[in-house]
Amino acid sequence: MSWTAGTITELAAALRNGSTTPRALLDETLAHLERSDKNLNAYLSVTQDLAVEQADAATKTLAEHPDTASLLCGIPMALKDVLCVDGVETTAASKILKGFKPPYTGTAVQRLFDAGAVCVGKTNCDEFAMGSSTENSAFGSVGNPWDVERVPGGSSGGSAATVAAGTVPYSLGSDTGGSIRQPAALTGVVGFKPTYGRVSRYGLIAFASSLDQIGPFTRTVEDCATVYAAIAGHDPRDSTCDPRAVEDPLLTLRKGVEGMRLGIPREYLGDGTEPGVRAAVEAAFKVLETQGATLQEVSLPSTDVALSVYYVIAPAECSSNLARYDGVRFGNRVERPSLTDMYLQTRDAGFGAEVKRRVMLGTYALSSGYYDAYYRQAQKVRTLVGQEFDSVFEQVDAIVSPTSPSVAFPMGSRSDPLSMYMCDVVTLPANLAGIPGISVPCGFVDELPVGLQVLAPRFADARVFQVAHAFEQATAWHSSRSPFAIEAA
Amino acid sequence: MALLALAVRHRGRMTDYEVVIGLEVHAQLLTHSKMFCSCPAHYLGAEPNANTCPVCLGLPGVLPTINRQAVDFTVRTALALQCDIPDFTKFDRKNYFYPDLPKGYQISQYDLPLSLNGHLEFPVNGETVRCGVTRVHLEEDTGTMHHAGDVLQSATSSLIDLNRCGVPLMEIVGEPDLRTPEAAREYLVRLRQILTYIGVNDGNLEQGSFRCDANVSLRPRGDTELGVKVEVKNMNSFRAVQRALESEIERQTAVLDAGGTLVQETRGWVEAQGRTISQRSKEQAHDYRYFPEPDLPPLRLDSAFVERVRATLPELPDARAARFQSQYGLTAYDAAVLTDTRESADAYEGLVAAGVPAKLAANWQSGDIAALANEHRLPPQESGLGILGLAELLLLVDSGAINGPTAKELLVELYLPGGDPEKLVRERGLGQVSDESALRALVDAAIEANPGAAADFRAGKQQALGQLMRAVKDATGGKADMPLVNKLLRDRLLGQ
Amino acid sequence: MTLSRDDVDHVAMLARLGLSDEEKSRLLGELEKILDHIARLQKVDTSMLAETAQVGDLVNVMRADVPEHPIGTAAALRNAPATDGNYFVVGAIQVAAESETGQ
Repeated sequence: MSWTAGTITELAAALRNGSTTPRALLDETLAHLERSDKNLNAYLSVTQDLAVEQADAATKTLAEHPDTASLLCGIPMALKDVLCVDGVETTAASKILKGFKPPYTGTAVQRLFDAGAVCVGKTNCDEFAMGSSTENSAFGSVGNPWDVERVPGGSSGGSAATVAAGTVPYSLGSDTGGSIRQPAALTGVVGFKPTYGRVSRYGLIAFASSLDQIGPFTRTVEDCATVYAAIAGHDPRDSTCDPRAVEDPLLTLRKGVEGMRLGIPREYLGDGTEPGVRAAVEAAFKVLETQGATLQEVSLPSTDVALSVYYVIAPAECSSNLARYDGVRFGNRVERPSLTDMYLQTRDAGFGAEVKRRVMLGTYALSSGYYDAYYRQAQKVRTLVGQEFDSVFEQVDAIVSPTSPSVAFPMGSRSDPLSMYMCDVVTLPANLAGIPGISVPCGFVDELPVGLQVLAPRFADARVFQVAHAFEQATAWHSSRSPFAIEAA
Repeated sequence: MALLALAVRHRGRMTDYEVVIGLEVHAQLLTHSKMFCSCPAHYLGAEPNANTCPVCLGLPGVLPTINRQAVDFTVRTALALQCDIPDFTKFDRKNYFYPDLPKGYQISQYDLPLSLNGHLEFPVNGETVRCGVTRVHLEEDTGTMHHAGDVLQSATSSLIDLNRCGVPLMEIVGEPDLRTPEAAREYLVRLRQILTYIGVNDGNLEQGSFRCDANVSLRPRGDTELGVKVEVKNMNSFRAVQRALESEIERQTAVLDAGGTLVQETRGWVEAQGRTISQRSKEQAHDYRYFPEPDLPPLRLDSAFVERVRATLPELPDARAARFQSQYGLTAYDAAVLTDTRESADAYEGLVAAGVPAKLAANWQSGDIAALANEHRLPPQESGLGILGLAELLLLVDSGAINGPTAKELLVELYLPGGDPEKLVRERGLGQVSDESALRALVDAAIEANPGAAADFRAGKQQALGQLMRAVKDATGGKADMPLVNKLLRDRLLGQ
Repeated sequence: MTLSRDDVDHVAMLARLGLSDEEKSRLLGELEKILDHIARLQKVDTSMLAETAQVGDLVNVMRADVPEHPIGTAAALRNAPATDGNYFVVGAIQVAAESETGQ
């Protein structure tokens, strides 16, 4: 039988009882990757040499230290192409970085490598993680494994799709306004955005520094907690990474939701929510109630204006973060005799339409005469968004809602930037407040997955896993397999 | 100077202008590592771009981390300049494109700097001038560029070296309180002295670790509004600062007197031509789009922190000079010379502590020892002799064991390699000849051998004594106690 | 708030984006629409609100002043699109055309 569509827990056991080996697992993974990616385009590069080297090292570790080896040892995984790996091409799905090979490995990735992870490739995404459909990649769109004519969500679409396609049991993405949770929902996998400051951003190509967090995609909540535990924790290279000890989410994972108060923000089920999504999520609420949780409606009145806050702050930060792509020290350059022309042409040719749009918007919002009206005002309203979460979390232990107002939509169907931005309306407030959030499969609409979002207060990451796990164990949604995953199995 | 004379004449004839000068100093901090990464802060002499890492190269995905020592040094500076230290401060991004700025923004401080509202007092022509210090803030230095042909304007390409990029840089913004080029120069001299005293900067203008830009404007005397401000750059010596300002004032005076208007611009001082030239116009205003650096949490410097830093402040030059006068009975001039640098003042007090009389130590430290320290670029503390060896040598002078010239020869010989002065004096027989009867015999012999000189002296020609002194000195191989020889010669010649 | 074509030109220059006329016209329309939407920010009473530049309560995060080995010239230049000896290299800096420069 093939193992590639298994979970981390299953694979770790199989590696230890001799049912498979890191090399065998890797070979199966690469074979499935090659087959499936013809239709999915989930990968920007396959790192076979690195993977073979890591698989061999893992084989040795498992043989020498079977009891102390990490659960992740010898297990294949993939990385969103915004995560730097020493000597491995890292493009952020942008033409401007085509061919760029960082001379260093980021902290979260290094922690997985140290645990024995086997990296099979870098996954496709929206250029510089800007988008909600992965259609903004400079290297082609990614197909949703449930319907390749539809988007997998974004920006971490490739990382979501490869897990949904049964290629790897887990991958890493990054979430700035929902870029992990929304594609997880749209591809029927688990996706987690940690509390801001829980996972080091060192080595993550920045989109919006005060919002970005790295997080895992997996097939189960338990796997998700396992990967999170491996990457979380203080890093002196990221000054915004919190030094407080990380609670082990696996210790509380199975405690259930008995007696827990869960809030449903009425603004998160607004008119924009598709009826099928609403029905699936309401059924999910019932399941949680059956498990012993008390559900109540709560209100986050600034949800609507939070979108505006986000679309000032994220572009403002990105306009500055992307200034380094100037054709001088790395990346691609359009040669021109004068420096200014070189800058102008390099950045024009190197960046795609969405990146330019956001750089323009952010530059404008920070520019002289507009700073107070846009950036400063957005920062103040951001405070309000955080305060509203604080007061809701005085009433409830966690928030539950749909992850996305819609299921996966057809490629090319949302050409208007603003309608695309609306995809993030229920995910981005968590980034503004820095709170943790997960998306866990909770049903289907016309064979397209729906995700349930669980949010909790800052540093209550373990509680997010606890609620999601209780829901997952009470339902069978997580064992539904996409056609690609069925083929793999 | 001719230009200045012209300016004065213009002013006499036409409008009387008041000169308004404000100085902005950028001083690199003497930390071991860079401001936001751990690359060495020492970059001189390294291969181009060797002193770099992903952080200071501004590669994708990297993050800055704050060097604690740089914050301490900036606070130390701010305290030395009598600044207030707000309890909340943060870093901001200053966004602009230039090839020596890898990230496309400089991490600097905008609206909440590390310190505010200080001042500096210094003498100009015997009068004390006080200049306000608006703020002292912390930022990162840029890389360096080499323009083909060395002239930016005509270069077809420019080479970029990022070794300097990210070195901690303090910006010290002065109030426009200065009224003459000379005062500007003295402000810088005093500021540099303080920075080197407190050990935060090496004060090297030529190598650019201490850099100065000036804002200059003129206004009709009596006006309170500032005139059109011109920023002058590229001044890399104190002399250049003074000359550049004189030349710029002259230029502005001429423009205004001719009925012209000045444009706000940046001008570079061209040493070889002795004038400033326009570097670029500011028609398109700078728009740096400052915003809080999201990668760095803010700083809260409580009073305990500030007091800890204050405790590391050494006695500042003014206070030390005053103490030298009262404690050691030195003249104001001697005290000022000795406290010019911290090394010199420390060396002086080291000598005194080792038992050398205050006046003798002052003469030697401000004279021969300072000259050697300067020549070898090695302070007495680090010389081969060290403070104790120097003290031993001077105590030999003080006890009369050797004379001044012998001591000077030994000082020159031993300053770098070091050695035991007393042992050498014994081995080489350099001990001073102070035996009166022996010297009296040599004095008599000298008078006999130089009758002309003796007669001249007796006739009132004081300088004739020199020839006789030399004769006695030579007769002792230079070891004679010369003050005693002088006395004996006079006694003998004047018949006392 | 209405956006003018001059604003678009100015912002594109600040951001060093060499956009075509067609791109600028399209962006003008798109940005106007987004700014119209964002205008709802102005309706929020923020008189009692502090600014949030970053979430969390971290302060005084600093590192010790201990130097580490740099990566060296070869590694620094490895990804460069153009070099000259041990330097990165760029074309002519036309001073008058530059609206900003370093110090």
